[in-house]
Amino acid sequence: MDFRLFDLKIVEYSFFITSVVVILIGLYGALVKRSLIKVVIGLSVFDSGVNLLLISVGYLTSGTAPIYSPGLLKGMPLTLENIKKLSEGMVDPVPQALVLTAIVIGFGVTAVALSLVIRLYRHHKTLNIDEIKNLKW
Amino acid sequence: MIYYLILIIFLLLLMIGAAIYSIAQKDLLYAVIGTGLISLVLSILFLLLQAPDVALTEAAIGVALTTIVFIITIRNTVRHEDEEKNRRTLPNQTTK
Repeated sequence: MDFRLFDLKIVEYSFFITSVVVILIGLYGALVKRSLIKVVIGLSVFDSGVNLLLISVGYLTSGTAPIYSPGLLKGMPLTLENIKKLSEGMVDPVPQALVLTAIVIGFGVTAVALSLVIRLYRHHKTLNIDEIKNLKW
Repeated sequence: MIYYLILIIFLLLLMIGAAIYSIAQKDLLYAVIGTGLISLVLSILFLLLQAPDVALTEAAIGVALTTIVFIITIRNTVRHEDEEKNRRTLPNQTTK
């Protein structure tokens, strides 16, 4: 199945605008909310927006996925020129590799933050950061 | 071809709506389901942006694992954002 996008600039700009809006919503949730779990949810939303922004920056209009397979050559011989000609129509694989790492690191950050939240709750019996005044454990 | 444009605009609006919902919701369990919806929509958008490996990873980690870790945290701590509702709904927990 062919997943090539509509050949318009509006699509790319709508991706940029959406990711910036999602980043701002996550930043608001991480800075303004009083509950600690809601702060971690805001960080998770922020992470999703950053991932979408990086992937849409590396996107090429009507490009294919950066995966080589013998069916893409369509009967052409497997020479270096043919592979170079094939790779010009592919999207940028470098942001995809970075985002693949960033997703896993984001999950690790979320897990560590939630373990700290559980430990704070067992000590203070609340999660409101206005009531957690003394920082002595 | 116009159906792809409609699909993309719908998915982007759904992602913004899910982000607003997950920040504005007072019940933290529903807010976590909102973040799972964000990750699901993001996975479909990665597939449309020609990144199928990132879409697979996002669907496995963002939808399943992050939601499970958040639900374990809510199970061990409190469910609601405001403190009075927590004391009302959980009477068996020892509060200060």
